[in-house]
Amino acid sequence: MATVIPPPSKKQKKEAQKVQEVNLIPDDLPNVLIKFQASDTGESVGGSIRVPGGITEKQLEELLNQLHGDIDEPVPYTFALLNKTIDDKSETGSLVDIKDNLYSSVLQPGIKTTEDFLTLVYTPRAVFKVKAITRSNAAIAGHGSTILCCQFAPNDSGRMCSGAGDSTARIWDCNTQTPLYTLSGHTNWVLCVAYSPCGTMIATGSMDNTVRLWDTDTGKPLGKALTGHSKWVSSLTWEPLHLVKPGEKPRLATSSKDGTVKVWDSTRRVCLLTMSGHTNAVSCVKWSGSNIIYSASHDKTIKAWDISAQGKCIQTLKSHAHWVNHLSISTDYVLRKGGFDHTSTKVSSKKLSMEELRAKALEQYEKVAKVGGVISERLVTASDDFTMYFWEPLKSSKPVCRMTGHQKLVNHVSFSPDGRYIVSSSFDNSIKIWDGLKGVFVGTLRGHVAPVYQTAWSADNRLLVSCSKDTTLKVWDIRTRKLSVDLPGHSDEVYAVDWSMDGKRVASGGKDKMVRLWSH
Amino acid sequence: MPQNEYIEQHIKQHGRRLDHEERKRKKEAREGHRIAKDAQTLKGWRAKQFAKKRYSEKVAMKKKIKAHQESKVNGPATPKEDDGEALPTYLLDRQTNNTAKAISSSIKQKRLEKADKFSVPLPKVRGISEEEMFKVIKTGKSKHKSWKRMITKHTFVGEGFTRRPVKMERIIRPAALRQKKANVTHPELGVTVFLPILGVKKNPQSPMYTQLGVLTKGTIIEVNVSELGLVTAGGKVVWGKYAQITNEPDRDGCVNAVLLV
Repeated sequence: MATVIPPPSKKQKKEAQKVQEVNLIPDDLPNVLIKFQASDTGESVGGSIRVPGGITEKQLEELLNQLHGDIDEPVPYTFALLNKTIDDKSETGSLVDIKDNLYSSVLQPGIKTTEDFLTLVYTPRAVFKVKAITRSNAAIAGHGSTILCCQFAPNDSGRMCSGAGDSTARIWDCNTQTPLYTLSGHTNWVLCVAYSPCGTMIATGSMDNTVRLWDTDTGKPLGKALTGHSKWVSSLTWEPLHLVKPGEKPRLATSSKDGTVKVWDSTRRVCLLTMSGHTNAVSCVKWSGSNIIYSASHDKTIKAWDISAQGKCIQTLKSHAHWVNHLSISTDYVLRKGGFDHTSTKVSSKKLSMEELRAKALEQYEKVAKVGGVISERLVTASDDFTMYFWEPLKSSKPVCRMTGHQKLVNHVSFSPDGRYIVSSSFDNSIKIWDGLKGVFVGTLRGHVAPVYQTAWSADNRLLVSCSKDTTLKVWDIRTRKLSVDLPGHSDEVYAVDWSMDGKRVASGGKDKMVRLWSH
Repeated sequence: MPQNEYIEQHIKQHGRRLDHEERKRKKEAREGHRIAKDAQTLKGWRAKQFAKKRYSEKVAMKKKIKAHQESKVNGPATPKEDDGEALPTYLLDRQTNNTAKAISSSIKQKRLEKADKFSVPLPKVRGISEEEMFKVIKTGKSKHKSWKRMITKHTFVGEGFTRRPVKMERIIRPAALRQKKANVTHPELGVTVFLPILGVKKNPQSPMYTQLGVLTKGTIIEVNVSELGLVTAGGKVVWGKYAQITNEPDRDGCVNAVLLV
């Protein structure tokens, strides 16, 4: 017998009878004074303008494009109200996103009145739009064991590399959905893979304490294994392309369970620097665009090492009360991208010289890193103490803010490609969104029924894909903060997920030994 | 001792030659020479056999040497066998016990505990057939009825037991084979005390024998240990305790048991 839904209670019935509010803009809404301000440089455009109170986002966009004078090629923008009160001492106030129209998001909730002068901060949206992935293209068998990590190539979304427990990493051709090369050489699980920002090399770190370098075009190993670590390699990061000296290849930084961080020369394959300051396993390492390596460790600290000063420890950030699991820099995505962008293909990327790539990388980096005209890299760290901290390590050793809310350990954090948002995935089955400039809580994405392991951003900042122990991937819309698509398909836990640079594909892998490719 | 082991018997009786050890050493030292000679001179089938054995030995040795050398230089040469337990870095240091695994291990643990509770010094006993246990007693004027049985093993009958009238008594427990006391050894203290039996807790042969109080090897009996002066954790004197019979009482004429502690 089927379960019958209980009849609605008296309260529910009354609720249903009430007149429902409709989001209608009243006719008698007076005009308001607004000012446009760029989010990155802080310049204001066009002085104060009188606009109708119910102006929509589309109309604001049109207006701004007219002021800029690019009517032929309109740039899409997002707008946010700068909510600065008089007694607020800080330079920047909090931002209130404008959705749909000005009335419903600012005037109706009573954040500002029509009498007030409104400053609207605008951020150019990515000019291209990534479509939410909706289906599984292929489940490719090949790996003999659990897939532990996967990453797309920065220069070509047709190439993807995955590392697995069968001691091999494999490069896949995503266009034909076939295996391309098997990178065998490790003698134990391959724990991490990373494409170099120039797209010519892959680094793999393994449980057998070694790191190996491979050529992406031929799948051949570049020299022997890099030995030096005494325990397994936990994380890899490449030198940002714009910091690479002319005529050289990017260097590689690795962190290990043995508590050290090593910097390797990828041409001569020797260890250049060893930074040993942590007293416990290092869980994550990131190379920032200002030539500083950040390392998070199980000894509860985060250390900043200045590579331009031979790996001197310039900052030790202590605030966490338990292991630090992961860290993210606001420029993570752009540094990974290097000199390529969403339009790069294998053919077009071959044409660019190293110089051009480096110039493009620097340009792209500065675009993302600049806030109010100054380069500022923000750092967020996730920990086992259920909290995250938001740092500006070059300004202070004290955290900017503490981000609480998760009810279990936080496993993964990542900044959106434009640095505007932070998402954190936790073992309490939820994903939380935070403001990427201030660290303020924005919203929670609920839907997974088991710990969420990792998340990956689409290149246009609009979508997010998450992988979980509950065997599904889920695509989330950041704007509405709702589940966009649910993607079942894997038959066991999903450990790794990545979204390609052009947004066309998502790759995932996990315990069921299948690499899955997803697309729209 | 079997008839054919006369050499062993001789060695046992008279010892070895005085130069036995020296001869043995010398023979072992010349082993290489013998093999070399065999390799050159053996003919036919025996030569084939010899060559095959020698070849396999050499292969095994070479493999071993190679493995040793490689393990010294760059770790194991072959990738580790996949055990299906590969974990990503973020789960490596965590005690994330797989739920299914956790359940199965807890069940195993429980079984182990259960087995522990009932583990006894003699876990297995020889099966005893009914023919061996009971002797058929023929009754009736012309001895043609055979419904009476007499137990051929030692038994324990409780205090104040009265036999049923002879006419009805189906199973007879002979008075001569009744035991009231047992030689009980405390396994840790290593002392043996002659203690009165309180009852038969379990006869592993059959529940019926438990009821009848048959004492065979492996039977668990309850004995009165007040003489030993054992004290519980709470401070009370222990009165009855279980013991397992370690001998065949019908062969020895007495009951020997070991205390279960």
